[in-house]
Amino acid sequence: MYENRDGIMIGLEVHVQLNRLKTKVFCGCTTDYHNDPPNSHVCPVCLGLPGALPVINKKAVEAAIKVGLALNCRVEEHTQFYRKNYYYPDLPKGFQITQYDFPISSGGYIIIEGEDGEHRVGITRAHMEEDPGRLVHEGTIDKSKYTLIDYNRSGMALLEIVSDPDMRSPKEARRYLDKLRNIVEYLDIFDGDLEGALRVDANISIMGGQRAEIKNISSHKGAEKALLFEIVRQKNVIRRGGIVVQETRHFDEAREITLSMRSKEEAHDYRYFPEPDLVPLKISGWAPAIKATLPELPDARRMRFVEEYGITDDHARALTSELKLAIFYEDVAEKADPRTAAVWVCDVLKGELNYRDMTIEAFKKEHMLSIIELLVSKKITEDGAVEIIRALLDKGGSPEEIVKEKSLLKVEGDIVSIAAAEAIKENPGAVADYNSGKEKALNSLVGAVMKKTKGRADARTAREILLGKLR
Amino acid sequence: MITKKDLEHIGWLARLELSDDEKEKYTPKLNSVLDYFNELDEVDTEGVEPTYHVLQLYNVFRDDEPGIGSITQEEALSNAPKKQDEFFKAPRMM
Ligand SMILES: [Zn+2]
Repeated sequence: MYENRDGIMIGLEVHVQLNRLKTKVFCGCTTDYHNDPPNSHVCPVCLGLPGALPVINKKAVEAAIKVGLALNCRVEEHTQFYRKNYYYPDLPKGFQITQYDFPISSGGYIIIEGEDGEHRVGITRAHMEEDPGRLVHEGTIDKSKYTLIDYNRSGMALLEIVSDPDMRSPKEARRYLDKLRNIVEYLDIFDGDLEGALRVDANISIMGGQRAEIKNISSHKGAEKALLFEIVRQKNVIRRGGIVVQETRHFDEAREITLSMRSKEEAHDYRYFPEPDLVPLKISGWAPAIKATLPELPDARRMRFVEEYGITDDHARALTSELKLAIFYEDVAEKADPRTAAVWVCDVLKGELNYRDMTIEAFKKEHMLSIIELLVSKKITEDGAVEIIRALLDKGGSPEEIVKEKSLLKVEGDIVSIAAAEAIKENPGAVADYNSGKEKALNSLVGAVMKKTKGRADARTAREILLGKLR
Repeated sequence: MITKKDLEHIGWLARLELSDDEKEKYTPKLNSVLDYFNELDEVDTEGVEPTYHVLQLYNVFRDDEPGIGSITQEEALSNAPKKQDEFFKAPRMM
C-alpha cells in the first residue's frame, strides 16, 4: 500500500483540442491554421460579430461521445450548452460557450500505473466547449502594455476532461496525463504534436487544506514540475504556521514556479446561463453504435501484444504507450521474430530516439527489419546493430551502406581467437585473478578482445574462446 | 435587493466604469427590474419540468464541412479599433 504521508490530493482538468476535425465546433472555419498567418481562419461566428449564430458540428459531438465511452463515462440523456461570462481579450463575445450542469458525459474512470501498482482515477465529467483565441504578449507577460490577439484558434472544439482528486503524487499526475493522451490519440480525434493541443489546469491540496488551482500548464513535464513546486510551497506555508488559501496560481514555465493570480474573494463570477442560440441535445441513443466502432484501446492492445507476440508486459506497456510506436512494432513483428523485435524497438531504438528528442517517424520499418535480419543471420554484432541505429538517426542512409562504411560485418572466429590469445598474454593480472576464482576478471579480458577487434567480435563468442584458452 | 456595492461588482464584471451619478440612477432601476421578475415567483410550478430552451427543438447539427462564411484576414481586421501587423490589439489584462 502506498502511504500518502502528506495527504496529497491532485485533480486535473485537461483541455483536449479535437484538432482532427475539419472545421471548428460552431462554425465552418477550417482547423488547419497552424502554419497560416494569424486571423486568417475566422468568420463572424468565431469573431463574435453581432448577429452571428453558432451551429454545432455533428462530428465534434460524436468525438466527444467517443472520448466519454473510452473513459468509461455514461453518455447523458440530456445535454446542453451555457454561456460562461467574462471579459478577456481572447474571448471576442464576452462569454465562452461551454457546458455546466448537463455535460455530455460523466462518471467514468481510467486505470493508471500508480505508486503502488494499478490505480483507478475517477473521471468526474468530460464536457464540450469552444477554445478561446490565442494571446501574444509583446515582451514578457508582466511588462508588456498590449496584448495581440489571433482568433484562428477561437472556436476550435475542446473537450474538458475533469478528474476526481484521486492522484496522490506529481508522478501519478504525469502518468494520468500520459494515459489520457494515449487514449485520445488511439481514438483518432486528436493530434498531440500540434501546438496547444493539450492544456492542463491542476488542483492540489495537502493535509486536508484548501486547494490551489494552477493554470497555464502546457506539458506533462510542466505539470509534474508545477505540482512539485506547489507541494513544497504549501508545506512551507503550513510549517510557518500559516494557512493555505484557496486561490488561482499561474505556472511560470521558464522559472518553474507558481505565482498567485487571484484569491477566492476576487474570483470570477461567471453568471452561467443557458445558451439561447443552441438547442439542447438528446444523443445518448448514439452511444451503442459509436461504442461498436471504438478502436482497440491501449490496455487491450497491451494485453494482446503479450498474448499474441509472447513479449513481456513491460515491453508491451512501453510499446503501446504511443500509438505510432505500437503500429511500428506490429509491422516489424509481423515479418521478424516478435521478441527480438520488441527488444530492439523498445529497449534500443526508443532509447536512442528519446535521447535525440525524436519520434518514431524518424525511423523506417524496413531498416529495422534489415537490422534484425543482419543480427539473426549473425552478420553483425549487437554493438554493431546499435551503431547502425545511431548512424541512421544522425546521418541517414541505409543499414547496408553503414555496415560497409563502418566495416561492421562480424569478424571471423580465427581473428577473435588471435585477439583472445593476445589479450591473455597482455593481461597476466586479469588471468591470475580469474584463475584464483574471481570470475569477473573475465569481463576485462572480453573487453580487451572487443577493443582489439574494434567491437566487431561477438561478445559471447569472445567469452567462449577465452574460456577455452584459459581452461 | 441590489445594493450600490452589488452594482459596483456587476459593473466591474462587465468592465464598465460607472460614475457616482450613474450608480445612484441604476441601483433603483435594477431593483425595479428584479421586482418585476419576482412576480414570476408567484406562479405555482409544482411538478413542472424546468424550461431550458424556449424552442421545443433538439439536435440541430451541421456537417463537418468547411462553410462559406469564413472571411479574409483583411476583412476580419477592418473593423478593429486597434490592430498591429496581422493581429487585433487590446490593452493588457492580468
Ligand atoms: Zn469561424
